[in-house]
Amino acid sequence: MTDPLLDVRDLQVTYTTRAGEVPVIPGLSLSLGPGEALGLVGESGCGKSTVALSIVRYLGRAGRITGGRIVFEGRDLATLDDAALRAIRGRRIAMVYQDPMASLNPVMTVGRQLMEVPMVHEGVGATPARQRALAMLAEVKLADPAAVMDRYPHQLSGGQQQRIVIAMALIAGPALLIMDEPTTGLDVTVEAAVLDLVRELRRRHRSAILFISHNLGSVVRVCDRVGVMYRGEIVEEGSVRHIFTNPRHPYTRGLLDCLPTLGRDKRQAPLVPIAGQVESAVARPIGCGFARRCPHAEVGRCTSCPIVAAVVAGEPGHRVACVRAEELARWIRPSGTATAPGAEAATEPVIAVHHLTKVYEPRRRRRFGRPRPAVRALADVDLAAGRRQTLAIVGESGCGKSTLARVLSGIEMATAGSVTLGGVEVGSLPVDARSRALRRRLQMVFQNPDSTLNPSHTVGYAIGRALRLLQGRGPADLAAGVARLLEVVRLPPAVAARKPRNLSGGEKQRVAIARALAGDPDVIVADEPVSALDVSVQAAVVNLMAEIQAARGATLVFISHDLAVVRYLADLVAVMYLGTVAEVGPVERVFAPPYHPYTEALLSAVPVPDPDHEVARILLEGPVPRADERPRGCPFATRCPRRLGAVCDETPPPVQQLASDHRIACHIPGDELRRLQTPLVEPSPAGR
Amino acid sequence: MSTPAAAEILSASPPSAARLRRLARWRRRLGALRASTPASVGLAMILAWVVLALLAPVIAPYPPNASDLGALAHPTPSKAHWLGTDHLGRDLLSRILWGARPVLVVAPLAVLGAAALGSLLGLTAGYYGRWVGLLVTRACDIVLSFPVIILYMIILAHFGSSAWNIIGVLTLTKAPIIARIVRGMTLDLREREYVTAAKMRGESALYIMLVEILPNARGPLVVDMCLRTGYNVVIIGVLGFLGIGLPPPDPDWGGMVKDTYGMMMVWPHMALFPCAAISSLVVGFNLLAVGLRELGLRD
Repeated sequence: MTDPLLDVRDLQVTYTTRAGEVPVIPGLSLSLGPGEALGLVGESGCGKSTVALSIVRYLGRAGRITGGRIVFEGRDLATLDDAALRAIRGRRIAMVYQDPMASLNPVMTVGRQLMEVPMVHEGVGATPARQRALAMLAEVKLADPAAVMDRYPHQLSGGQQQRIVIAMALIAGPALLIMDEPTTGLDVTVEAAVLDLVRELRRRHRSAILFISHNLGSVVRVCDRVGVMYRGEIVEEGSVRHIFTNPRHPYTRGLLDCLPTLGRDKRQAPLVPIAGQVESAVARPIGCGFARRCPHAEVGRCTSCPIVAAVVAGEPGHRVACVRAEELARWIRPSGTATAPGAEAATEPVIAVHHLTKVYEPRRRRRFGRPRPAVRALADVDLAAGRRQTLAIVGESGCGKSTLARVLSGIEMATAGSVTLGGVEVGSLPVDARSRALRRRLQMVFQNPDSTLNPSHTVGYAIGRALRLLQGRGPADLAAGVARLLEVVRLPPAVAARKPRNLSGGEKQRVAIARALAGDPDVIVADEPVSALDVSVQAAVVNLMAEIQAARGATLVFISHDLAVVRYLADLVAVMYLGTVAEVGPVERVFAPPYHPYTEALLSAVPVPDPDHEVARILLEGPVPRADERPRGCPFATRCPRRLGAVCDETPPPVQQLASDHRIACHIPGDELRRLQTPLVEPSPAGR
Repeated sequence: MSTPAAAEILSASPPSAARLRRLARWRRRLGALRASTPASVGLAMILAWVVLALLAPVIAPYPPNASDLGALAHPTPSKAHWLGTDHLGRDLLSRILWGARPVLVVAPLAVLGAAALGSLLGLTAGYYGRWVGLLVTRACDIVLSFPVIILYMIILAHFGSSAWNIIGVLTLTKAPIIARIVRGMTLDLREREYVTAAKMRGESALYIMLVEILPNARGPLVVDMCLRTGYNVVIIGVLGFLGIGLPPPDPDWGGMVKDTYGMMMVWPHMALFPCAAISSLVVGFNLLAVGLRELGLRD
């Protein structure tokens, strides 16, 4: 191997906090050859971003590099002076962060920001800089680069913004590109397109990439090698193939086992969450940092002396820091055989919507010009779910899934159509007009763990208040009820005295579930309840929801953009696009051909953490039409890869009943779709 | 913590335990103030004035309104009169100490009044929005657009100037400012998911405003109240200077400046010492506000 481009040796980083000096990175080594792509994965709080920031010495005031070397192109960045560092940053090393809006200057056109890079770093004149900017925009596949140059960042979509940021990073031809969660905020189809773009650009530009992500699937798509980080150390490192087919470290296995995949559901292999949560770096034990959470830890061996990473026999370059690595049995990818359709007989629906339409009228009329059009957030939606069933609603952002949740819960009113909750029509009954009995029957779990609980109230107060209002309990017997609900969500009763700021994200979400359960609801509407959580925590919360639902027989309306979680948890799936239901049916049928073309595109875009998983990717062209510019015919026609022609643009698609409980809205006949499509989710036999 | 502790928090616990806990919480909060230099300096200045005002009957060397005719020829600071006397031979130190009492009652009470009224208006405007919000904001704008000094003169000339009237006037003119701040925060806080959760379990609008929203707006609100107390000290001084402050002859810092500023060229100390008293108290409140903001940002 040639000389590495980047060679980090024994890097030590310390943060100064109120609790004192915290060694966040106790000694980390990694190296990256020219043109190579290394992924760093791990739960949040493992020090992934700290590594990225210390390479360009952007640690801020609290962080400090206390030891080690960061040799980049023969120079040690850890000791370089500021002027020399500036010459390297942006020119030889470029960074792409998670939030593109934070990387772009909102008051400058995109073109100027792009041109600035070569003008500042290389002293190039405005005209050649403009030429290069145009060429770069074409390379990141933005349609009509000349027009994009004159736009401001807010005039672009999230995916377009991230492409601009990538263009800005690559325009100087850096030798190293550091990407910190570059696709985390993006929709799955956009994410897939950006990942493909990164892969393609990498081949062309020969830049090395340090790719940081919590999403194992996206790492597989982009990287050659992976480093798994835990508590500031790389516990396992190796080629993508080695790590994802033969993981040796228990932490790597834990991350893979808790990840829902498209081929698993709750009836086959339950997710295995990693016990506990990421421990703080303050009191670091001797030996393995993971030992306290590790199911294979052995007292004495794991925590008696520092663990030295060793090469796995027969797999050069695959190193693992675990004393028991050789003793553990080979890892088997969790999978289940395809099950028979859900045993639940079609029962009386507990919650149902019929021809539901929600229109947002423009708030103020324009003084001049044509009036603003009304926005149809939901158009003619028909869905139903029975007792003990989980109805998942999937789709990209803006498809109306959150609006549906708000209409179901009575926060918004239906414009037309009906919403029935246990036989009672509630579509035009706002939540404050509902009776206590009706309010008790439907409760919500929200997305954001940081705003779902009132920071001023203790957990006990929040749950107790729900018990009082929904069950009419007196103040005397609240404590017992609160303790019982906390037990249901697997939290110790002492949590009742705590305020939300002393809880982790997963704990907050559990409290929110307990609060929703206070009235013993018939229907729980959960709007992206796990999308802000780490995979290991997500697995535990998802399992909890499945379990509670099974025990109580409640109906769960589960709104999510994550198809793997949906596949795992749902009985029924509704795929929504622009406020309409594209496809609805039992989960096994929706995840198998014939698919609605939109379902097909969504499924093909899901990043799968398996290097052997090769599917033909269906890339959707163009943006989602704005909700006030809904196409006349099929809403998906503007982006549909299987568009037939004028009929799709002009006529709304017929709803085809493929089975008694499986409907798709498409002009292409179901049999024709079945013939054209291949399964995207292999009904993988156990032990491939 | 164990189960009984959690249960205790939820159930009605004996009042003495509750008071102890509250005391402990206050001690913790005061301890936190020490982490910020401006906050501790400001608090020390304010507390010093509070102690001096409380002890005025004990420590003031003379009665506030007693004239020492012998000192009239030489009113400058001396052994007998540490800060000198005013043009009527009254001991300045005693008058300043006594003068601290009305200020330290009127300024905070007026702020509390303004905060209560302003919070209610701001919460209503922010939570309901639409025409209710419009009505409240416009009403506040009208009050704020008035030249306040003229407003004070009109009202106090009509109703007579007393401590209660000054509190009332200050409350009415400061409430719109607090209302604006609270409205802004309410607009943001009402969109939080915990507010939706409260609606879904059937809480009343009043409960949501006072229990779910207001406690989360308290940080900036407390900082602003602190600043506004300082401003009120200035305004009370101005009213005294204009002769519509607290009725004479009881000492009032602003009134002391009014009585003596004519002698500024000969005996500047007569006006300067009361001015210094006003500014030290105002600076104290400002420093405390700065410190509180700093501490709020840190968490």
